[in-house]
Amino acid sequence: MTFDEIFHITLMQGFAGLSLFAVLLLMGLGLAIIFGQMGVINMAHGEFMTIGAYTIFLMSALTEAYAPGLMQAYFPLAIVCAFLAAFAFGWLAEWALIRHLYKRPLDTLLATWGLSLAMQQTFRSVFGPKEVSPTLPDWLMGSWEITEGLDIPINGMFVLGLTLVVTGGVLLAMYKSRWGLRVRATVSNRTMANAIGIDTRKTDRLTFAIGCGIAGVAGAAFTTIGSTGPTSGSLYIVDAFLVVTFGGAASLWGTVVSAFGIAQTQSISEFFLSGSMAKVLTLLLIVGILMMRPQGLFAAKVRR
Amino acid sequence: MDAIKHWLTRGGYGSLLILAVLLLVVFPLAMDLFRLNLVGKYLTYGFVAIGLVMLWGYGGVLSLGQGVFFGLGGYAMAMFLKLEASDPESTKIQSTPGIPDFMDWNQLTELPWWWEPFNSLPFALFAVVAVPTLLAFIIGYAMFKRRVGGVYFAIITQAVALILTVLIIGQQGYTGGVNGMTDLRTLLGWDIRTDEAKYTLYFVTVFLLLGSIMLCRWIQLSKLGTLLLAMRDKEDRVRFSGYDVSMFKVFAFCLAAALSAIGGAMFTLQVGFMSPSFVGIVPSIEMVIFAAVGGRMSLVGAVYGALLVNFGKTYFSESFPDLWLFLMAALFISVVMAFPNGLAGLYESHVKPWLTRRKAAPATTPEPPAPGAETTANIASPTSSGTASPTSKISISTKVSSQSA
Amino acid sequence: MSNTDFVLAVEGLTVSFDGFKAIDDLNLYVDRGELRVVIGPNGAGKTTLLDLICGKTKASAGSIKFKNTEMTRLPEHMIVRAGIGRKFQTPSIYENLSVFKNLEVSFPRGRGVFGALGFKCDDAVQAKVDEVAAMIGLADRLDLEAGLLSHGQKQWLEIGMLLMQDPELLMLDEPIAGMSARERELTADLLNRICQNRSVIVIEHDMDFVARIAHKVTVMHQGKILAEGSMDKVQSDPKVIDVYLGH
Repeated sequence: MTFDEIFHITLMQGFAGLSLFAVLLLMGLGLAIIFGQMGVINMAHGEFMTIGAYTIFLMSALTEAYAPGLMQAYFPLAIVCAFLAAFAFGWLAEWALIRHLYKRPLDTLLATWGLSLAMQQTFRSVFGPKEVSPTLPDWLMGSWEITEGLDIPINGMFVLGLTLVVTGGVLLAMYKSRWGLRVRATVSNRTMANAIGIDTRKTDRLTFAIGCGIAGVAGAAFTTIGSTGPTSGSLYIVDAFLVVTFGGAASLWGTVVSAFGIAQTQSISEFFLSGSMAKVLTLLLIVGILMMRPQGLFAAKVRR
Repeated sequence: MDAIKHWLTRGGYGSLLILAVLLLVVFPLAMDLFRLNLVGKYLTYGFVAIGLVMLWGYGGVLSLGQGVFFGLGGYAMAMFLKLEASDPESTKIQSTPGIPDFMDWNQLTELPWWWEPFNSLPFALFAVVAVPTLLAFIIGYAMFKRRVGGVYFAIITQAVALILTVLIIGQQGYTGGVNGMTDLRTLLGWDIRTDEAKYTLYFVTVFLLLGSIMLCRWIQLSKLGTLLLAMRDKEDRVRFSGYDVSMFKVFAFCLAAALSAIGGAMFTLQVGFMSPSFVGIVPSIEMVIFAAVGGRMSLVGAVYGALLVNFGKTYFSESFPDLWLFLMAALFISVVMAFPNGLAGLYESHVKPWLTRRKAAPATTPEPPAPGAETTANIASPTSSGTASPTSKISISTKVSSQSA
Repeated sequence: MSNTDFVLAVEGLTVSFDGFKAIDDLNLYVDRGELRVVIGPNGAGKTTLLDLICGKTKASAGSIKFKNTEMTRLPEHMIVRAGIGRKFQTPSIYENLSVFKNLEVSFPRGRGVFGALGFKCDDAVQAKVDEVAAMIGLADRLDLEAGLLSHGQKQWLEIGMLLMQDPELLMLDEPIAGMSARERELTADLLNRICQNRSVIVIEHDMDFVARIAHKVTVMHQGKILAEGSMDKVQSDPKVIDVYLGH
């Protein structure tokens, strides 16, 4: 093996890690808002991602049927739709279920698990039990050959780019916008936030819906990588929770760092071990570290 | 006479007596062997459910990884049975006779060292309880000493369930992989697939379950039970009364793990196989709903919960497969929103006052019936006998497919 | 650091939360049989001081010696077992249990997992419960569910739960908050009685009440001790007046 080949493999392996990082971060972001900021255990988070994925599938089918000429352009619009669809369902779920359960985290966990079962069955009834894939525009296919023997898949780069945009957007919104200020105020002292005129109920609902919307975007992005089935969401849920918990639940930066760390650990160990053992090793590491440091990587120090 | 009456009501043993009659007399007389075997299988989940009553209802700690302990107990039993089924005579067509078939398929040429002790039944039985309890102790000690509880504990236990599933499926040469350990035949030469064995195993399960309930009831009535309840509400007060709160939680977790493991072992014996589909996240959460439906504070209720949900599952996933998940979803949501104390709670709040009023009218106020007793029985039995009829074809495979879905 | 006759000797105690020193190089000595009242404006670090002594918060530096044994590194339950009892600001009792059970559970026997399994309520326990119940004026309420007690009675019950363990040092955080005038008087009598054979630290704002019970008063301000001594001496201290009135 020449030096060039080793260099290329390292680069491609590094990119595989970056792709996984993007996937984990996209999954974790919505949950970081819902679980990290609001403290709501949303076990149906994966299903909100699936909503996004099915939205893309629907949009691609519709475009194919009614406006085949737009096949190259529908995708960005479909992502916006995925956000809106998941946002709307999140709004509804908060109104119907979640708002009755604040302060009862374990009960929320069970109720949202129930919600996830109902959503899975709905997907199965509507879209069928088989996995589906949208028809992707050509520009998402194939790979970018930088030099001889160094291929970077375009869909991976797309997901990475989308992740950066969404993450940047969330961080900006959280720390610069009025909404972010309201969320942070509500998180740190609900009573006080109420007293100074923040409608905390509305903030809660909006926050939950935005978190779900981001999950929808994550699901949309995943359609470029894999197919979507009724139970796809349930595959992600534990990973998503671990990413957020590992980062330190209340810290958005923590989520970013932990997604990066987990992704690199997993992809590097995948290089040496079988896929399932790499997964076991990564999970064991996370659980082990969480046992030593339950507050996660980034924890706020507060006088109690 | 009064002493017995007092014992029945004060300790809540009256409801246990009704359960015992139901399981030991009514069911065996009213059901054919197939259905009785089904009940026996569901009762093994009852062990998990009463463990959750102790851990979650009393200790206030929710574990989403009880499938891990159920599975470990079941696998420990299955390993012994598999070794017995893999004697050189019956495995002579393998390239390496005398080792379990899945090892042979995966090019293993000798038994791994950690399988060796499972040739001995006493060791296997010891491992059934000891391995899960030890794991629970390690996890519990690490977490509770650092004051991790509530949601974080739930997430970590869920991650453990995921780890174990991935591990079992990934290491198929050592574990049988996704198919699990199948084709288990005899226990010390005693064929566990015969009708007689199935009857025997059913009664062993019932006696073990009733014994476990009595043990848990005794713990609830001891100072330890009081402390568990006290901790759930005012953890700091208990701590600052000189108690090492974390050790009590560790105890509750180990107890729940040991009970689940016994259930798992009895499952393996009655059903004749063990697979990762009873270990993972989905079955683990389903086990929580058994306890929640029956009533997270009621031991006897939890057993009815396990029976009811499983009969419902078998019935609906056979007859109306589309409806089952919706029904399960409704169960999860309503148990949280509408009746947090489950069937036992409904009995306490609705039926018991009504019964007392009816009884109080004619007679000279007899003592009220024990909690969680008659109604739950009334609710459970017609459904179970009613649902059992169209299910004559339920096989283990539907169970597996619906769980892995 | 030397051995002392003090039941509690706090020296150089410091705790900081992200750089903010809630307790700053604090020294405090409490005699055997003494009833000490700690006063100070809000945020002075009074509750934090109790948290540190009972182990709820870990000190950044300094030492806390109880009967000449270092306490700073012990876990909470060991500090309690050494003989330090702590009552919280809001009544912290087991609302669903009877008054009797509340007291019984606080009896210092069967504290381990298996000890608790084998615990029996024998005559010794019964006698102790009766004794304490009489002391806190709840002898006729033993069978009542604790949640049904009045606010003042809940405060007494929590004190009673501590008395079950016969602690040598008892720390009470605002024991008369929310009590009627009559209940305050009864509490003052109760405190005067229970400090006969033990030391007591009380955090309190009500100056009349402080004057009734205090042997010695410590004034805290910004994590430090501002003044210490008899009630009269402290009240006339210009620094104390400045802190209370000047801000």
